[in-house]
Amino acid sequence: MRDDSSLSPYLALITVFVPLSLVAIGGGPSIFAPIQKEAVDIHKWMSAREFIEIFAVARVAPGPGSMLGTLIGWKVAGWGGAIVATLALFIPSSILCLAVAKVWNRYRGREWHAALEMGLAPIGTGLMFAGAIAIFRMAEAGPLAWGLAIFVALMLTWRPRAHPFALLGIGAVVFNLQLWLAHMGYLR
Amino acid sequence: MADPAPEELAPPPSLFKLGSVLFWIGVFSFGGGLSGWIHRQVVHRYRWMTNDDFLSGIALAQIVPGANVTNLCVYVGYRIRGAWGATMSLFALMSGPTILCVFVAILYHYVQDYPVLHACVDGVAAAAVGLNIRLGIVGTQRIQRMRRIAPMIAMVATFVAVGVMEWPLVPVVLIIAPLSVAAVWPRKGGGAAHA
Repeated sequence: MRDDSSLSPYLALITVFVPLSLVAIGGGPSIFAPIQKEAVDIHKWMSAREFIEIFAVARVAPGPGSMLGTLIGWKVAGWGGAIVATLALFIPSSILCLAVAKVWNRYRGREWHAALEMGLAPIGTGLMFAGAIAIFRMAEAGPLAWGLAIFVALMLTWRPRAHPFALLGIGAVVFNLQLWLAHMGYLR
Repeated sequence: MADPAPEELAPPPSLFKLGSVLFWIGVFSFGGGLSGWIHRQVVHRYRWMTNDDFLSGIALAQIVPGANVTNLCVYVGYRIRGAWGATMSLFALMSGPTILCVFVAILYHYVQDYPVLHACVDGVAAAAVGLNIRLGIVGTQRIQRMRRIAPMIAMVATFVAVGVMEWPLVPVVLIIAPLSVAAVWPRKGGGAAHA
């Protein structure tokens, strides 16, 4: 399977994920393409089809979409691989983030700190919206998915105490309704 | 819905309590939307953090390399309980999903032929995106309260460039960030920037 049999699988996972952890600017999705290249083309850990399957699983399983790395580790070396890949992907960026948060916190209250925050926060918000579009684009979602997401966002804005489980449940029901209508021949 | 004022914040929780809240967020975050979940629990339910503090954490989490959710988790843990809080939060949030996603992958082989299950999964995932859009709305309301035009322009420009035009994120942020910060930089004698 592997082209680098001289390298222990754990070491291979670490050398792939640690550098990617530190360049994932803007979040996990920014390194999905390089992860695919490493896992499928370079290390031949899995076929392109298997990769897409893993991607789909990572999207629906609990946790961030970057659990993709965990699943690759699992494919490569079982449970040990899953844990090593998770740590390699999340620890380096987390240490960096902690260091930045510490520095950020130290200067809280200064005028330039407030300006930096006022200047950067809108970019974070813009990226939040852009992320929603990116997820739908990757999942090739239709108007129903869009409508549902916007409905959920508006519901939570209108009624912040509405429980997300109820809204996620509505999502499942609506999509099954669509499936049923299509099955009955009402939709094509 | 008004944001909790600083004096209304609850006292910081024990490390164990902080960890258990984040652990359950991780376990139940089917379909994603974790940032929305964390916001709901940490700001609204337990009042361990102000809305403003949380939103500035979101910006930081997205600009620092790494998964946004784990970065946000580190920031939130750090603000609530210092470095140990950050460590605890990260491990608590990730331990459940690390194990569960492998089980889901194993299960996937057996259930992939059932369309009803696919419909459930797609529906939940679509609704979960709404949790994050909701956070975008919270951020937009905060920008409105700044009563300045530059932050709003920066937000829309970032969204259009990255989301609509699909331009690469790093150069977009590198160009917009300095402009956006410069536009709100405190001028000499011109009064303080109020965040």
